[in-house]
Amino acid sequence: MTIALEGRARRLGDNINTDYIIASTRKRDTLDESVLKRYLLETVDPSFAASVRPRDLVVAGRNFGCGSAMEVAATVIVAAGIKGVLARSFSRTFYRNAINNGLVPIECETADIREGDRLEIQLGGPVVTVADTSTGQTVTGTAVTGIMLEILESGGLVPYLRRAGRFHV
Amino acid sequence: MSGMTITQKILARATGRASVAVGDIVEPAVDLAMSHENAALVMNQFEEIFKGTSLTPTVWDPSKIAIVFDHRVPAESSKTATNQKKVREFVRAQRIARFHDVRGDEGGICHQVLAESGYDRPGSVIVGTDSHTTTHGALGAFAFGIGATEMAAVWALGRVLNVEVPATIKVVVSGDLAPWVGPKDIILSLIGRLTAEGANFRVIEFHGDTIEWMNTSGRLVLCNMAVEAGATSGIVPADDETVRFLRSEAAVTGELDLVCADPGAEYEEVVEINAATLAPQVACPHSVDHVQPVTAVEGRRIHQIVIGSCTNGRLDDLETAARILRGRRVSRDVRMLVFPASWRVYREAMERGYLADLVEAGAVVMNPGCGCCLGIHQGALGDGEVALSTTNRNFKGRMGNPNAEVYLCSPAVAAASALTGTISDPRY
Repeated sequence: MTIALEGRARRLGDNINTDYIIASTRKRDTLDESVLKRYLLETVDPSFAASVRPRDLVVAGRNFGCGSAMEVAATVIVAAGIKGVLARSFSRTFYRNAINNGLVPIECETADIREGDRLEIQLGGPVVTVADTSTGQTVTGTAVTGIMLEILESGGLVPYLRRAGRFHV
Repeated sequence: MSGMTITQKILARATGRASVAVGDIVEPAVDLAMSHENAALVMNQFEEIFKGTSLTPTVWDPSKIAIVFDHRVPAESSKTATNQKKVREFVRAQRIARFHDVRGDEGGICHQVLAESGYDRPGSVIVGTDSHTTTHGALGAFAFGIGATEMAAVWALGRVLNVEVPATIKVVVSGDLAPWVGPKDIILSLIGRLTAEGANFRVIEFHGDTIEWMNTSGRLVLCNMAVEAGATSGIVPADDETVRFLRSEAAVTGELDLVCADPGAEYEEVVEINAATLAPQVACPHSVDHVQPVTAVEGRRIHQIVIGSCTNGRLDDLETAARILRGRRVSRDVRMLVFPASWRVYREAMERGYLADLVEAGAVVMNPGCGCCLGIHQGALGDGEVALSTTNRNFKGRMGNPNAEVYLCSPAVAAASALTGTISDPRY
């Protein structure tokens, strides 16, 4: 069981909280991610959303997704076409919301990854490998294993439950 | 064998095991599953789980689900009103018992409503689609925030899948707090020390004589903001005060299981706080761990004061504010908004005259709700304005405007500052 991702690095800093990923004031008007994705990370960088290309990978520093447990912070990233988030560390709620929506969270050293670098990622083994083909460097990250990996492979918690046939107590 | 922390003991029991070790992956049975308006999102995912099957989507146990409207009350738009209507219909169809609508007799902010309604029990597993679900650890429960999809699975299965047994940080607080220094100052100081990620994937267990002497209202403040250091949950060992609160303030009858840590419990880290020397603390923009003693930011001009939220809108918080403002006036340079944490708090504050004291001083008493704290329902800031608030987050844009700033503090600092229109030390 392996998952491979490939894409362009989009650099962010430390402590990107879920309000920064999508402002609560935007959620007031709609919860439709196809609309909300226009405002992705606007508090951090108003030009970010317009510059996102499908298969971009978010690369952040420490404590990505801290703050509110709102799941739309993960689903709006998915709606923007981003398949994975790399960070030195994650908040627990964001980490789980990501997995439950098929967004791959990768905990690894991100300091040397630059904006625009090409990344190739493999997970499913004992460690996650992140190859930066722009710099030639490879870092390893914390493995995603067990049921977490199965949920990711299923594309999220809902498809996982349906596949596993777990509907009731 | 080494002993277990409170969290380990709760998770062992919730999984029918004699013991669990840190790092084990378990599927604890859930005793209480709470949502607010985002129950609408949970409903969507819940129905999605069953799509394409012949099964009727039915919650595992309607007596264990609580839904409390608090984020946008009363509805500010037709969209919110329609969402709330859909949730009401679901509540009725699924026979969900613990539903708190927009009502003056039983409504309020979910975390306060759960505590005062006697839904929180020591030793139980509580999940909520709200990060501040950590609050309920104040009554000895293992309580944590989850997303809407995870809650949908809980509604179906009655269990949380793949929960890692967390390591625990023991925080020992000792000494008597000085006048006008309180639980908010303890937790802000702790977050400043641990940083916003210092307790990620861990539980903070609170110990020490300051905690033993602290009432439940104060313990709720500590556990509420444990999540701002990244903690999965905060927890206070259940004791005589827990029993007193549950019996006399939450009308709980029946047996209570006061789960406590084993003497040989293993903690990843021990942090000691001397409460006696603690000054009032302020978290500065735009990060909750950017904490300074009030003396470092004294004199900063402010435009809006907020007392309220799941953190600091309880009766003793309003009492503190009323004591400071009684017979005096809120500065003309500032507007002051007060959001009691629940309608029970509102009614008691009304009966005791606190609300009259606050309104006569110039404060505006709002209906209970959390919308102001996250900038989605009243109390927004103007460009360039600065708020001083007893709420729990000060991220850029949090109070509805990215061109504004929010400082976080205790009710005493907030009320003292209301008199001057600048950040002020309540001790002087």
